[in-house]
Amino acid sequence: MDFTFPPEFIAFRRMVREFCEEELRPRAKDVDHTGNVDPGVLRQMGGLGMLGVPFSQEYSGLGLGEMGYCILMEELNRVCPSTATIVGAHTGIGAMSLYLDGAPALKRKYMPDLCTGRKLAAFALTEPNAGSDAAGIQLRATLEGDSYFLDGQKMWITNGPIADVIMVLAVTDPALGARGGATVFAVEKEWQGFEPGKPERKMGLHGSPTSLLTFDEVRVPKENVVGQVGLGFVTFMKTLDLGRITIGAAGLGGAQASLEASVRWAKARSQFGRQIAHMQSIQFLLAEMAAETEALRSLVYRTTWLVETGQPFSKEADMCKLFGSEVASRCIDRALQIHGALGYSRDFHIERGWRDARIAEIFEGTNEIQRIVIAEHLMQEAGVRIRP
Amino acid sequence: MDFSLTEEQQMFRDLFREFAEKEIAPIAEHSDREEQPPVELLKRAAAQGFLGATLPEAYGGAGMDYLTYTLLVEEIAKHCLSTALTIGIHTALASMSILDAGTEAQKRAYLPRLAGGELAAFALSEPDAGSDPGALQTRARRENGAFYLDGVKTWVSNGGLASVFVVFASTEPGRRHQGLSAFIVENGAPCVTVGHREPTLGLRSVDIRTIYFDDGHVPVENLLGPLNGGWPIVLRAFNRVRLSLAASALGAAEGALALGVKFAVERKQFGGPIAYKQAMQNYVADCAVEIEALRHLVRYAAWLADAGQEYGRYASMAKYFGARVAKETANKMLQVHGGYGFSDEYTISRIYRDVRALRLLGGTDEIQRYAVARGVFDEQGLKIQP
Repeated sequence: MDFTFPPEFIAFRRMVREFCEEELRPRAKDVDHTGNVDPGVLRQMGGLGMLGVPFSQEYSGLGLGEMGYCILMEELNRVCPSTATIVGAHTGIGAMSLYLDGAPALKRKYMPDLCTGRKLAAFALTEPNAGSDAAGIQLRATLEGDSYFLDGQKMWITNGPIADVIMVLAVTDPALGARGGATVFAVEKEWQGFEPGKPERKMGLHGSPTSLLTFDEVRVPKENVVGQVGLGFVTFMKTLDLGRITIGAAGLGGAQASLEASVRWAKARSQFGRQIAHMQSIQFLLAEMAAETEALRSLVYRTTWLVETGQPFSKEADMCKLFGSEVASRCIDRALQIHGALGYSRDFHIERGWRDARIAEIFEGTNEIQRIVIAEHLMQEAGVRIRP
Repeated sequence: MDFSLTEEQQMFRDLFREFAEKEIAPIAEHSDREEQPPVELLKRAAAQGFLGATLPEAYGGAGMDYLTYTLLVEEIAKHCLSTALTIGIHTALASMSILDAGTEAQKRAYLPRLAGGELAAFALSEPDAGSDPGALQTRARRENGAFYLDGVKTWVSNGGLASVFVVFASTEPGRRHQGLSAFIVENGAPCVTVGHREPTLGLRSVDIRTIYFDDGHVPVENLLGPLNGGWPIVLRAFNRVRLSLAASALGAAEGALALGVKFAVERKQFGGPIAYKQAMQNYVADCAVEIEALRHLVRYAAWLADAGQEYGRYASMAKYFGARVAKETANKMLQVHGGYGFSDEYTISRIYRDVRALRLLGGTDEIQRYAVARGVFDEQGLKIQP
């Protein structure tokens, strides 16, 4: 057992943290108010390699694998969850699905631009009638000659309005549906018939645009099929497995930020003639935050170790997503309570963190779905196949 | 024991419900989005007698008992917690303090106005005195038969709308709570400046302000209650407003549950309504159980108040429990909505933001628990400090 990070990861974390403190923190309030992340900042991140952290250097990535990518997501979410979400949808699920299963030629076509920030990616799975029931997708892809024609809608697509390349899961064989009849396509935003909707008005993550995507007979050349025809659902589920670890990492960053802010405030604020840190009610909240944050840290980085050492990690990834999102929500809620009325004010940053944190319990598989999938793993190990 | 409402209470509840459904529900989202207090709505509420709900008829009020009053607040909060709090703070906290401690002349001068549509606010909290009002810095200096008020009050709900403030200031610094006095101050008096509108996570149509009192002249007849007798007025006002907040929490939780249930019936995944899933059923069942427990705690506290018994500890319990139930119900029902719950287009996200305030205002969770524990240990002859 060795819990220390290798030196190159320590250096990477330091670089990311400096960037976050210098470039993201001063902008985080504005990002929430205006609903926009500065594209210049994303370009700058691309220049520093932050948009291709887990990918091999062959495709212009940083080659830091799942652990490096989790460090990035932890640090980004500690300071600006909107930016972290854009980067997560781009790297962890958008580009990742291409990287995992795409043909080398297709990867050479897009990965270098995606890794360096010249292009931004999105991942399009959810539809109006296919949320938790992802296998219920209906967006159709019909083969005619050398091209597929995509027709249908995707919903709640993170980066939808700003992505250049969108990985879309479509039904190529309605008889088989998601299980063997769905295929992933890399679609470029300029292609005729593709139309992103207006950004949704959301409770939080205002800087991370989410929208409907409409595909009206969009012609996609055969070469842009990602992976094998018919096996797209597998590609997407495999991608989401990895993505779930990073939601845990992002949750860790959020929980860490909540704890840091709470300790500062417990020291700064006095009532009844003493710092509120001397009140047991406050001490308990702090202690619970710290314990959960440390447990989450261990879970996340142990799971990255499973990935890096080639062991099965799917169940642990689900746990990262489930526990990470709930720890983050509980910690920011405790932080809000410790800050009292100030925590409820939009003049201060706690309420933004509170709004931003909530969606992680829902997106990329609701926490109900995570619980079911974890139970499926457990029962499978005991020889029982759970029916939905 | 009889758990039914009287015929009169039922009649009032139906009236409140109809008003809330017809007048409040349609504008609640707009008020939140525009962050505008529903001024016209408040006038219509005044015309119905709701702004003077618990004031005696002799002063223009509707003469309701506390239990009926909790029904009013509950029905309003089902659709808009902001409006329920605006009315609750106006009535339970501010206007009732004048009834509670005012001279006959003060009651005649102010209460008919406050029952008739003018709003009142309660100016207690300060930047360094939130949970600890004993640390108030606002001073009232006595000179030539008048008082001069100097200080800053924060988190004053209805601050920009109120025509009358009940203000607490120290008249004997050094004696903490025991040196506080209450004053009635008209908004528009030269010494009053309405400052910063607090932007908040939820409750966005409540007009929450910082109010400055700049060495302002307040005539001696505007002292409310005895000199240095402000603290008991605060305590009784807190009891009333905690009851009001608990009823608001009940209404908000019921509103959230109704939305979640409706969504669970309409939303289909895996070939049927998500209501078929045990995870959804458990959320709904847990919330329904807690809401019923809360309803009866609120009713019991109101019954104690109406019976003239000591009800403060029960008001604290109901407020503390209510804030938790409302938060948990909104949280679970948001989860039932899935991604839609995070969208501003669905009401559940507004309720979720709004109810979070209930664990802070009118005394935080921590202060309520202290108040409850103090009562419990008191019975053992042990005095506890915060």
